[in-house]
Amino acid sequence: MSGALLEVRDLAVEVATRSGPARVVDNVTFAVRTGEVLGVVGESGCGKSMTMMSLLGLLPPGARVAGGTAEMDGRDLLALSGKELRAVRGGRVGMVFQDPMTSFNPVMRIGDQLAEGLRQHRGMSRAAAWRTAGELLAVVGIPGARERLASYPHELSGGMRQRVMIAMGISCHPPLLIADEPTTALDVTIQAQIVDVIRDLRAEMGMSIVWITHDLALIAGLADRIIVLYAGIVVEEAGVDDLYERPTHPYTGALLRSLPTLEETGAARLPSIAGSPPDPGRRPPGCPFAPRCALREARCETAVPPLMPVAPGASHRVACWVTGSGA
Amino acid sequence: MTTLPPATATAIESAPCLRISGLQKHYHVRLGAFGTRHATVHALDDFSLEVIRGETLSLVGESGCGKSTAGMAILQLYRPTAGSVLFDGVDLCTLAEKEMRPLRRRLQVIFQDPYSTLNPRMTVGEAVGEPAAHHRGLAGPALRAEVERLLGDVGLAAPFAKRFPHELSGGQRQRVAIARALACAPEFVVCDEAISALDVSVQAQIINLLQDLQERYRLTFLFIAHDLAVVRHISTRVAVMFLGRLAELAPKQRLFSAPRHPYTRALLSAVPEPDPVRERARKRQILAGEVPSPMAPPPGCRFHTRCPIATDVCRAEVPAWRDLGAGHWIACHHA
Repeated sequence: MSGALLEVRDLAVEVATRSGPARVVDNVTFAVRTGEVLGVVGESGCGKSMTMMSLLGLLPPGARVAGGTAEMDGRDLLALSGKELRAVRGGRVGMVFQDPMTSFNPVMRIGDQLAEGLRQHRGMSRAAAWRTAGELLAVVGIPGARERLASYPHELSGGMRQRVMIAMGISCHPPLLIADEPTTALDVTIQAQIVDVIRDLRAEMGMSIVWITHDLALIAGLADRIIVLYAGIVVEEAGVDDLYERPTHPYTGALLRSLPTLEETGAARLPSIAGSPPDPGRRPPGCPFAPRCALREARCETAVPPLMPVAPGASHRVACWVTGSGA
Repeated sequence: MTTLPPATATAIESAPCLRISGLQKHYHVRLGAFGTRHATVHALDDFSLEVIRGETLSLVGESGCGKSTAGMAILQLYRPTAGSVLFDGVDLCTLAEKEMRPLRRRLQVIFQDPYSTLNPRMTVGEAVGEPAAHHRGLAGPALRAEVERLLGDVGLAAPFAKRFPHELSGGQRQRVAIARALACAPEFVVCDEAISALDVSVQAQIINLLQDLQERYRLTFLFIAHDLAVVRHISTRVAVMFLGRLAELAPKQRLFSAPRHPYTRALLSAVPEPDPVRERARKRQILAGEVPSPMAPPPGCRFHTRCPIATDVCRAEVPAWRDLGAGHWIACHHA
């Protein structure tokens, strides 16, 4: 683990709404180091997917990057042309999405869909691409890989489709793989299989992975570092052990406490967080978590706290007026 | 609701609320471009258990295992193709829809996605008031007071009665769906993935709410879910299903600490826990392969194609659903 592969600074994303632009990602800064798994954790609407989509030029209509930079290979991804971005997507950055059924072309054989990327990005011949596609399916653990190339997406189960999606994501040996809730739609025993496949691939290929999820249990065993998003801002960033042992932002702590576990705790009631996350478009003026926070003080409601190290020089950073050291 | 003298009430506590035996649901489907091939989906087979009054019985298993089908078949929302469901001395499976209607008040359901079950053009007050008016004959000021009381029960302030579903958050909508089920003053409620779609920070609120309401109104829950951590927290007993059949049933404590069925063990071992140190150290038992198709379930034990300890007898004979004592039931030749 060494230098940064990707450095995102002050990223902002706005979505057009009837009442004007809403800032759904604000001031997001983070780095992905070479070879690490970075977990991006948050609830629906926290901006975790928007952040990643903006890096790849895949924002939905109506959403736009409103500021910031994202440096990779000495270039700013946010400033690239459509053509340059196409070379990055699938080439330098692989992608795995939550729902492979809507990400595949339903009328193309999966072999052709895999081969398309290989020919485009790696300049392979038709025959070589088809052969490599078969090898890739074997790598992700699809039984009878060569025969499966001729299948259409609807002929595969959800778990198998997600394996194909992963094969496609890694087909050009990208240094960075972005996985957006890749196992959320899968059953738990299939999820364990997929997590295993990705873990092995990472050990073999040494790529960096950004794993976007809402599942704090799943990411615990996967990530090296984690950033926690709430209402479009990074509220905490820490090494994985640090985060689970010493969650410092009140939101992270409350979230972890509210999870039921397989361990018997004896507690009849779960400690819950009152209220619900704010609308992405209607963030309160101060800390976005303030309305739900048990530690709320007056200044929390007026100014957004900056993301600061918990101690001088610490890599554990938190955006909180009360529990942060910047207090 | 009828009030019973205390002595009778205690006697009823331990009595089963529902006695289900041999419940089966098969669908006939047509396949192929011209629908000329026929097949039978074995969605639910030989489902037998008792639901005890006041308990939370959880049904767990992976998608397609028949857990929702079981819930719907018990409520007669899908008519079972065989078996019986005894409720209050009556076999629900033999009732015509018209005879079933008065019982529907007592048997309610809460679904996963209240956005698709609430009428978008009805206010919250209308949605919650409708079942109270229909089943309990409330009207006018009495109905309005009841709606306000029900909303209070689920933690929503009175002004919410004037709102529409699209103005609410996911957690608030689920509260409305719960209030609507409560409006019937039910005895038995099927919670079909009722908290699965909620955000983590909201999920705990709804779990607590369901537990409070159960205590207050002595509700019996059939809790259908796939999240085993939630199930561990909320259940009295847990039943595990695989491909349309019950695999194991035991009191919660026992199922989680001493699972006997190889499928239950694999399922528990696949659940990640929010603890990085333990997760890294953990040895996972990863099940090979996938769930077979319910259109062609394997002969013998339906789990044998993925089972690490399967033998010849598993491939040939369906294991009997047998009692291991202490409320622990299992369908496995080798456990």
